[in-house]
Amino acid sequence: MSSLRLFVEAAFVENLALSFFLGMCTFLAVSRKVETAIGVGIAVLVVQAITVPVNNLIRHYLLAEGALAWAGFPEVDLGFLGLITYIGVIAAMVQILELVLDRHFPRLFSTLGVFLPLITVNCAILGGSLFMVERNYTFSASVVYGLGSGFGWAFAIATLAAIREKLDYSDVPAGLRGLGINFVIVGLMSLAFLAFSGLRLG
Amino acid sequence: MNTDSTRTLTRPVFDENPIALQVLGVCSALAVTKTLATALVMCLALTAVLTASNTAISAIRKLVPRSIRLIVQITIIASLVIVADQFLRAFAWELSKELSVFVGLIVTNCIVLGRAETFAMNNSVGASALDGLGNGLGYSVILIAVGSVRELLGAGALLGYQLLPLASEDGWFQPIALMRSPPSAFFIIGGLIWLLRTWKTSQVEESETDVLVPPTPARSES
Repeated sequence: MSSLRLFVEAAFVENLALSFFLGMCTFLAVSRKVETAIGVGIAVLVVQAITVPVNNLIRHYLLAEGALAWAGFPEVDLGFLGLITYIGVIAAMVQILELVLDRHFPRLFSTLGVFLPLITVNCAILGGSLFMVERNYTFSASVVYGLGSGFGWAFAIATLAAIREKLDYSDVPAGLRGLGINFVIVGLMSLAFLAFSGLRLG
Repeated sequence: MNTDSTRTLTRPVFDENPIALQVLGVCSALAVTKTLATALVMCLALTAVLTASNTAISAIRKLVPRSIRLIVQITIIASLVIVADQFLRAFAWELSKELSVFVGLIVTNCIVLGRAETFAMNNSVGASALDGLGNGLGYSVILIAVGSVRELLGAGALLGYQLLPLASEDGWFQPIALMRSPPSAFFIIGGLIWLLRTWKTSQVEESETDVLVPPTPARSES
């Protein structure tokens, strides 16, 4: 599978937010302004692009069946520890990213600041790592997948925020106001994204 | 059972539904509701994990320093989810294959962490267990409703039993393909929220320019 094809598939055809509904809590809650939505989107993209390949390395050299052969334990299978390890890696990565940004990119840090800790419990991030495991991606494929799926999520939340800003001017029925209408909008966006499933590359 | 604990148990089902009002745990509610069977399994898994994690976290709430509480909570939740995941793999392999990564994603399901943070950290063990069970039920009500509608209209069946005779097999029912595709879940949940808020008007939001309920709910029952 070529990298370009994998990237486009991860970003559009299998968009984490609109086809698998991952990271919905953040998706619905922080999409009121385009500016903040782009901030969260970039934060997710960066964390996703780092954690998926890192978790891939950990799985291949520590957790998978026979992965500990290099240490002299060829028949050990630590696969069941996957979940707890991946979430630990994600929490640690978010923390490290926070430190690095604070030290070297203070302006970016103050824009993203509030959203970084939230990302630890964003299911799109853990979902990305779990899909990587389920589909047995190689290291290079996991780099592309991390970038692609992160980009897709960022793109989706920025679009939703743009629509919601316009929605401020419309008159919505009382019971549907707020959360209800959001669900309907995301549903329509998700329908539109279904069109990408006809996309075939290379 | 006195009225107080009954309240704790029943309040999250309609008055403070985790999905419809607190906006917690939406992700899995959408993805696993294609058929009623997967929705039911997901409800059972989440309710079990939520009740157990609320109980465990409440039991150790006075021993954990505030600065490391998040990591302690995540570790407890992740361990419980691993148990649930392995259990499903052992006894319901087909279903666990169909649920794919979503059982594992209970770890980051905001209901579990949200309830641990807002309720279990401030309340007794018994009340926390009931709160976990109640929120699990509130989640289940929505999931089962969505799952039933989608399977009935999308395949004319419930739990695999054919209720409406299909047009392709000399019946009259033409399955609605939209119901099998993921976006339909959004419309159904949007509609459910509309119904719920028409019934309980106190939940209506002021206007679109106002703030949504934040991801980690500020409301605390303490």
